[in-house]
Amino acid sequence: MAAFTLSDVCRNFDGIEILDHLSLEIPERQFTAVIGPSGSGKTSLLRLLNRLDEPTGGTIHYLGQPVAGFPVRQLRARVGFVFQTPVMFSGTVRDNLTVASGIAGIQEGNGDQRMRESLRLAEVSPDLLDRDAARLSVGQKQRVCIARTLMTGPETLLLDEPTASLDPETADKLVRTIAQLSGLNGVTIVSATHRLAEAKRMSSYVVMLDGGSLVEAGPTAEIFERSEHPRIRSFLESVT
Amino acid sequence: MTIAPLIQAGVLDSPILELGWLDIALAAGLILMAAGLSRWQGVGLTKAVMIGAVRAVLQLVLVGYVLIYIFQLDKWYLVLAALLVMLGMATREAVARQVKRSAVLTGIVGGAMLVGSVLTLIYVSAVVRMEPWYNPRYLIPLFGMIAGNAMNAAALAAERLVSEIDARRGEIEAYLALGATPAFATREAVRRAIRASMIPMVNSLTVVGVVALPGMMTGQILAGVSPLTAVRYQILVMFMLMAAVAVTGTLVTLQFRKTFFTPADQLQ
Repeated sequence: MAAFTLSDVCRNFDGIEILDHLSLEIPERQFTAVIGPSGSGKTSLLRLLNRLDEPTGGTIHYLGQPVAGFPVRQLRARVGFVFQTPVMFSGTVRDNLTVASGIAGIQEGNGDQRMRESLRLAEVSPDLLDRDAARLSVGQKQRVCIARTLMTGPETLLLDEPTASLDPETADKLVRTIAQLSGLNGVTIVSATHRLAEAKRMSSYVVMLDGGSLVEAGPTAEIFERSEHPRIRSFLESVT
Repeated sequence: MTIAPLIQAGVLDSPILELGWLDIALAAGLILMAAGLSRWQGVGLTKAVMIGAVRAVLQLVLVGYVLIYIFQLDKWYLVLAALLVMLGMATREAVARQVKRSAVLTGIVGGAMLVGSVLTLIYVSAVVRMEPWYNPRYLIPLFGMIAGNAMNAAALAAERLVSEIDARRGEIEAYLALGATPAFATREAVRRAIRASMIPMVNSLTVVGVVALPGMMTGQILAGVSPLTAVRYQILVMFMLMAAVAVTGTLVTLQFRKTFFTPADQLQ
């Protein structure tokens, strides 16, 4: 079953067409990489899936139901979002996770268990729990953001260029963590990235956008190795 | 307390030192001094000082005649009409200071100032046992002070909320993305906006009588009222203004916050 089904989706902002009649499916419980050059609409697409923005046309379904039919806060708890620039709330790492468990309405007794589980999945050392979140490295902050998002118990995780501001080694480790979430824990991952090597190695499905339009979508191996689409070939050649 | 014993004791020479128009014309020398300094230093406010002084004279003289007229007629509907005009002017001025002006904001500011002013005024009317309830001699000056301070509170709250939400966009969206309500996501921005609207009044409370003697109290003392009576009125006024500022600042912030979100909890 598709996690998301987009039919003729448009997003217009200040008269500019950011997403242009997108129709595609994003598979459930897989790692989908959304690739494309800067300004191709990757972030705009992810924001629609979490309903941070509203499409100006078309429909989006999540697990067979229109996203507009879900209570919006319930949808956001089920479809987590990790931003490109990690945003830490004030206080310690523990405070950040506690806020998320409060928002999700987790009973106090279960909060600690969920916290341990989230830290384990996001590979955050428990030693960081009482550290001031603002003083962590960017890589640590991004992992805390993932752990914080996992506190609400999402089935799907949207990640907007989560490795953009990380060095290659830290980025590789983070992507492996994210891939494990999908592979071992059955979380649907939709990750926008401009790192093609990363997308090729870790994802099982690829959606390529250019200028707000869909270029091609399909299993990763097919897209990277067999696609004859001229725009894909030129994009791949320009970055390899 | 009457002032007769103080006059007899020589503490106050006479109840009122009458000011004539010639005295006022002589006082205009002070304005010329301010305008001259502005011109000397090239501050660029010479014309504004002169125009401001002329406007102040015209407006105050006009208000003086209007007040005489209202006091003489002593009709409740004229008093209410005067209060509404004052409220309208204060609302317009508070909104005019905003970068993002809209009809919705005008409604929010006007409504908040109306609630803040009326609630406080009813409370104060009960405390001073005003007779009749619309006594213009008390109601109009008290409302004038409330409207002026509530206007500043409303303007500060709205301005600060816009800048806080702009600066905290990432944080607010991070909260929303977790499934938080807009109220939860903006609680820090709201807290800071309300605080900004209340700080000037809190500062006034702190320094009143020590650093500054308020205009109303000074006016009463100059008009021959016993300083202790003037002080009691000033205390009442300060408490009244603090309440009006808190109510107006809070209402403007809470109502204005809602306009930043769509019905689907999306930050606009």
